[in-house]
Formats: sequence, structure tokens, C-alpha cells
Amino acid sequence: MRFMIFIQPNLPPSTEDNLIPSRDAIETMSRYNRQLREAGVLLEVNGLHSPNEAVRISFTGGKPQVVDGPFAETKEMVGGYWIIDVKSKAEAIEWAKRCPVDPEGAIIEVRQIFEISDFPPELQEAVWLG
Amino acid sequence: MTPASAARAAIEAVWRIESPRLIAALARMVGDVGLAEELAQDAFVAALEQWPADGVPDRPGAWLMQAAKRRAIDQLRRAERLRLKQQVVGRDAEAAEELAAADFEAALTEEIGDSLLRLVFTACHPVLAPEARVALTLRLLCGLTTDEIARAFLVPVATMAQRIVRAKLTLAEARVAFEVPAGPDLAPRLGAVLAVVYLVFNEGYAASAGEEWMRPELVNDALRLGRMLAELAPAEPEVHGLVALMELHSSRMTARVGAGGEAVLLLDQDRARWDRLLIRRGLAALERAEALKGPLGLYSLQAAIAACHARARRPEDTDWARIAALYDALAQVSPSPVVELNRAVAVGMAFGPAAGLELVDRLAGEPALRAYPHLPAARADLLARLGRRPEAVAELERAARLSHNGRERALLQKRAAALQD
Repeated sequence: MRFMIFIQPNLPPSTEDNLIPSRDAIETMSRYNRQLREAGVLLEVNGLHSPNEAVRISFTGGKPQVVDGPFAETKEMVGGYWIIDVKSKAEAIEWAKRCPVDPEGAIIEVRQIFEISDFPPELQEAVWLG
Repeated sequence: MTPASAARAAIEAVWRIESPRLIAALARMVGDVGLAEELAQDAFVAALEQWPADGVPDRPGAWLMQAAKRRAIDQLRRAERLRLKQQVVGRDAEAAEELAAADFEAALTEEIGDSLLRLVFTACHPVLAPEARVALTLRLLCGLTTDEIARAFLVPVATMAQRIVRAKLTLAEARVAFEVPAGPDLAPRLGAVLAVVYLVFNEGYAASAGEEWMRPELVNDALRLGRMLAELAPAEPEVHGLVALMELHSSRMTARVGAGGEAVLLLDQDRARWDRLLIRRGLAALERAEALKGPLGLYSLQAAIAACHARARRPEDTDWARIAALYDALAQVSPSPVVELNRAVAVGMAFGPAAGLELVDRLAGEPALRAYPHLPAARADLLARLGRRPEAVAELERAARLSHNGRERALLQKRAAALQD
């Protein structure tokens, strides 16, 4: 089963354009990623640029409206993601709990990735048309 | 999910994550894989008693390690007292001291990669019979229960339990050192490890017994083992070759089963169903294998062949001449009648059915292929393309009689029926 794990790191709002994490933060995260690799569960991992550079496209009446960051509310913004391949949802949760994050306020979301067998047979054909 | 079953699922997940590291770190300290596993198991039993009531601790790995450490020290001190009575101060006494002083936290984090690699080599040690290596590897490195392994290999639980107990005894009796082999030993020992992983993969990908065409759980276990090895032994090209081979083959998993559960052959598969993430990972692993020095080995060559298929958007885009050349190289590295048969099929695709049939017919008297259903099946395909239908039908029927897999047999019979229409 594949899961995507998003991290919402709870960064304080910053005026800097592009925050580069500290060496310490990078090494801590690298150790975690190595654990995931040594366990054979890591498929992909990526960190995202600062939320200040984020762009939001909101839709009203079918019309897209582009809004540039920074945004006042950064608490729920995604900072990076992993794709892992594990035996169960419980295992995905256990891995997520081990993620070294800000001990105050960080949130990690665990979402299962669709597999073909999750769709009813009559929809499986449609899934593959794209 | 009820709270109790959620707690149970969480504890099982912790076991799957922590047990390989726990056993590896303990084995490094006590020098005995069987004892290490027992200690880890005991700690896990303690967790099963305590965690449902108190909740899973924040750092479950450290908790398990502490519990196992207490038991290890108790055990070694008992052994020490016994030895002292017998006026023999042995290695165990020293080990007990070392153990008491050892920083388990460091053992769990600093040297864990090396310990895990030692565990892999020990579980796949040549003193063990191949099926014992497989069972022990799944048990120690993948955290599978004896029940799960027995189910996967369709043998009674008692048989599998005995196989595992005997394997651990054999390791202890042969005094197999808990180490990574060096020098001239390394290549054959690594070969044994990769063979175990590939065996697990194949048993899942092309089930040799039972009615189901594939058993995805085993495929996933093999992939996990392979990906683990790629991290633990990154300088070994064949490790990446094997990972590439498994990623590329498993990218076709959903495409090789039809709506009714029937087998769908490579050239008939809907390539839109191939898993692009696994293809990408497979091609990347192959690149890593190719970037390391030395000629391509057994697994890398097979991965290179699988990559030819993965790169072809449509069957007619397949570079069959390259595949034939790769099989030629494979026949040099690892000559076998099965490789010759596959080469013949590739030649038949690249240079026409007559050329392929000529090579296939040379294998007719091969004793190793006498009961191999793919020989008559391949011959049937070439005969059909040459318009020799009745002979092709007879060959397909022969192949169906030789097959041990229900799904495969059904497919062969269907092909025979189609040719008779």
C-alpha cells in the first residue's frame, strides 16, 4: 500500500523570500530519510520551497484567480512530502510518528494513494484512459 | 476499527518497523541470531501486555530495546554464574560486561546499517538450505510472522515453524559468525543473498503452485528487501540490478491480470496500466548498476531486458534486436537452456519466426526443459506465425499439460482454442 505523508511544519511567518533550512535541520531529516530507505519503504521524498513563494489559484464561478504569497496563515501549509510503500495504514502512521518535526504545532497528514484495485471494476477502465 | 484492534494494529506495525533493527542490534551484541530473535520476541510480548493499557510509547523502538536489553543481561549473567561454577570464564562473561556497558541507543542508530547487513548475510548463509534461508530472511528482515510465511509458501504452519527453529539451530551449531563476508567470500555470499530475494519475488510474481497467478504480498516483501539492500550495500552493482529487475517487472503487476483473474501475456498487456512510478524507479536503479564499474551481471542484464519492454510505448516499438543481444550476453554470464529459449524467442521477434524456430528446435532434446511448459508454448507461437496451425495447437496442448499453475494452464488452453477457430 502506498501512502503520501505531508508535513505541515508550523513555520513562523517570515519575510524572507526563500528559507533554506539549517544544516542541523537538514541532517536530522536526512537521518530519518535514511531510516526509511534502510527499511526499504521509501519511494520518493521531496521538500518544498518556502510558503512565501506559494501561489494560490482560487476559483469563483468557474473563474481562476491567482493570488501570490506570502499568506497570513502559514500554519497549514505543506512543507514537504514522502511516498512510502508499506504493509498497512498502521505502519504508515507509525513511520509518520517518527518524523523529526517541530515538537510544538507541527502536523503530519497521512493519505493513502489510490490503486487500481480500489476502484470498482466498471470504473477501472476509465481510470486508465488518461 | 475498535480501539483494541487499532492498538493491536499499531503494535504489529511497530514490530514490522522495529524488529529487524532490534534483532540486528541484539545479534551484534550477543553474537547469536537465534538468541537475539528470542530476546526481541520476549520484549514484544511484554509490549503486547503493556501497550494496550498504557498506550504505545513515544519512542517504541527504544522501549523495545530497553526491554530486550534487560532480558539479555539477565540471560548472560545466568550463563556467567554457571560458567564460574564450572571454573570456565568464557566469552559469554565478557559479553555480559560489554552488554551492560553498551549504549543501545547508539547501537540502534549509529551502526544499524552495518548490523542489518550482517543480519542479511547470516539469514542467507550457505550452511542453510535455500528454503530455510528464505524463511529466516522473511522472518528476521521483513518482520513476517511464521503464520504469514507459511501461508505465503502454502505449507502448514507447523512445518514452517520447525524450518525456522532448525535454521536457527543450524546457525548456532555451525558457529556462523555475525559478520559481513570479506575478500573472495563476498561475491558468492552476496549472490546467495540476492538469490533468496529473487526467489521470494518470483514465488510472488509467477506463483509456481496454487491457482492464483500472482501473490502480491511476496512481491512486496521482495521489493522491500531489495530496496533495503540497495541502501545497505550501495556499491554493489548487482544489488541495483536486482532492484531494477524487480521494480520493472512489478510495474506490470496490474496489467498482467485480466478482469476475470486470468493471465495476460506481456505483448497483450494494456501498457497504460503499467505503473510509471515503478518504471521510473526501475530505470534509475538500472542506471546506478550500469554506472558502477564492471560488466553487467545476471540481474542487471535481465533488468536491461525488462527496460527494453518498459521503454516501448507500444509492443511494436520493442527493440527486439537489443533484447536478443542482451540474452546473448546473459547466456555468457549464466548459460542455461531457459536463457537460450528466451534468446530464441527474441531472435524470432527481431529476425522472423523461422530464425527463432531454428534456435528453439535445437533445444528439443534438452533434458532440463523436458517438463518446461514455456518451451512448447514458445514453439507454438513461432509455428503459428509460420502458418503451421495444427502443430501449434498440439504444442499448446502439451504446454497446458505441463503447467502447474491453474491460471497459466487456462491461458494456454485458450490460445489453443483460438488457433482452432
